[in-house]
Amino acid sequence: MEPHHYQHLYDILTHAQGYIFPNEIDLQWGILIVVYPFITGLVAGAFILASLERVFKVKVLKPTYQIALLTALSFLLVATMPLISHLSQPQRAYEILITPHSTSAMAIFGFVYLWYLMVVLLLEIWFDYRPSMVVWSNEKKGVMRLVYRILTLGVNDVSPRALKWDRKLGYIITVVGIPSAFILHGYVGFIFGSIKANPWWSTPLMPIIFLFSAMVSGIALVMLVYMIISYFRKTVIDLNVLDTIGKYLFFVLILDFTLEGLDQIQRIYEAEESFEIIKLLVSGKLYLTLFVAQGLVGTLIPLITLAFLQFYKHKIKVRKSMYLIVSILVLIGVYSMRWNVVIGGQLFSKSFSGFTSFKLGLIGLDGSLMAAFWLILPIGILTFLLWLLPPWKMVPEEE
Amino acid sequence: MENEKVKSSRRKFLKSAATLAGATIGYTWLKSSQFLLYGAEPEDKTLPWYGIVIDIEKCIGCGSCAKACKLENDVPKEPFFFRNWVEQYTVKNDGSVIIVSPNGGMDGFEQTVPDAETFKSFFVPKMCNHCAKSPCIQVCPVGATYDSPEGVVLVDEKYCIGCRYCVQACPYGCRFIHPVKKVANKCTLCYHRLKKNLAPACMEVCPTGARMYGNLRDKHSELVKFLKEHTTQVLRPHLNTGSKLYYNALSSEVR
Repeated sequence: MEPHHYQHLYDILTHAQGYIFPNEIDLQWGILIVVYPFITGLVAGAFILASLERVFKVKVLKPTYQIALLTALSFLLVATMPLISHLSQPQRAYEILITPHSTSAMAIFGFVYLWYLMVVLLLEIWFDYRPSMVVWSNEKKGVMRLVYRILTLGVNDVSPRALKWDRKLGYIITVVGIPSAFILHGYVGFIFGSIKANPWWSTPLMPIIFLFSAMVSGIALVMLVYMIISYFRKTVIDLNVLDTIGKYLFFVLILDFTLEGLDQIQRIYEAEESFEIIKLLVSGKLYLTLFVAQGLVGTLIPLITLAFLQFYKHKIKVRKSMYLIVSILVLIGVYSMRWNVVIGGQLFSKSFSGFTSFKLGLIGLDGSLMAAFWLILPIGILTFLLWLLPPWKMVPEEE
Repeated sequence: MENEKVKSSRRKFLKSAATLAGATIGYTWLKSSQFLLYGAEPEDKTLPWYGIVIDIEKCIGCGSCAKACKLENDVPKEPFFFRNWVEQYTVKNDGSVIIVSPNGGMDGFEQTVPDAETFKSFFVPKMCNHCAKSPCIQVCPVGATYDSPEGVVLVDEKYCIGCRYCVQACPYGCRFIHPVKKVANKCTLCYHRLKKNLAPACMEVCPTGARMYGNLRDKHSELVKFLKEHTTQVLRPHLNTGSKLYYNALSSEVR
């Protein structure tokens, strides 16, 4: 390889501080691995919010049920793409599925993912939409008629008995789906939490923290999507919906904040051999993304705002804009959390004696444009799904 | 009445048969896959089970080992890729520790701390620890990195998908992604030389004999004799990696 291929590494070398092992100058997991747990978290969180309506019969959230499911599906379809595009041998990615190594946390991800996509999400959406798709396949003409015909998979029975079965099976899948969503994202946390070589990652709380931050981000996303859809459809936003989602967001955010706080307190108090380097890490290279973006912008401001909204019931317009801002801030906060975990965990040397630095490129497979693409693509998919399967045109259910 | 009896015994038989079948399948599966826990065990008792000793007291920091390793194993010459490198530790009188490894120690070292301020200084050669309970092997999602029957940790370059999980999992910083081959790369203990009864390149060139390899299973080998006569230590013992690289005279500052 030509010398200029290594230029960025020489640049990083001049920015390294203290002592790092020579192989550590090249940071292994870049922005795509930040995007990956962020997307997976959105999926799990959105699904859990949908399940609230279904399993715990939170009727107020009905308008967001399908939106949450379709949001989860859109992001889930893209979830593996940042991972695969990050591999240096992406053409061998299928090996994970055909020859998985049983002791590897990463190897099992493919199966957890497929289970969640094929068994949980697609089935639940199908059972939910089947009666409507049957009606649409009769109403529409031409290509669309054929598309809906195919989507019903030939099951056209809309007798009350069949509809009852749809509901029953859909319910069972939702019940199975909740632990599945927990496993899906708790599991992503385990991929990091199980690396004993890295003290910033290695904590048994990692799966739980990932899970709760996932719920926080997913709930915020559904709230945001609901508001955006209402804006484009020029329909009135149901404030009851926002209040209810806001209440859940508030409680889950408190839990998430407490868990992450406990994790840090434990670290500080135990002050193991890695303590000094981690102290330098959080007060230096991670200061902005951890204390400002994740702590202040993504957690404290939303918490205070949501607490305020619990008893402030006056100006509707003000409340709506506050929910809008909170949902965006929370998403920024959770994204920063993923950054702090993934990038933060690689900035300090495993010699605990120094730091490498991370330079985010714009172009290339591991650049920020690529990361932005994987974040925008699900929004495109969601737009398409909302057009193909509009929740607001569904056949009303008979209770 | 008779019928009931027959039914009940049939049920019992089916029950125990199913339990037995389940247990057998479960056991074989657990056994064959070493589910969750990873630990290499010497299978073929006739083969050697390699261990390494590095004697810090003998290392003069010439960097020949790092140089020889790059030449022998076609490691890219840029200072970001090393299977083998040397660190210089300088403990100052005030207790602070300065660690350097310019170009992996390949060009030798210069001491920048004045003698008057120096409490002690020494060199620590680093390489793969060829752990028996390797975290890198444990995490590989496809099993592209594996233990040879002699306990040498190797990478199958045609199989590695380049996910870099093993690089993250190695507590010693011994792995890197080969910039041309685009797969994980690491010390093989010069496996190609071992197979011809030749010493690994780094050991062949060491002018002071600070490095030694040998069969841990052979109680009369030089290596085992050395381990018996010296107080040795592995790096990061609390991580329980089953490291087979033993350092003599390892100072507590070294990680």
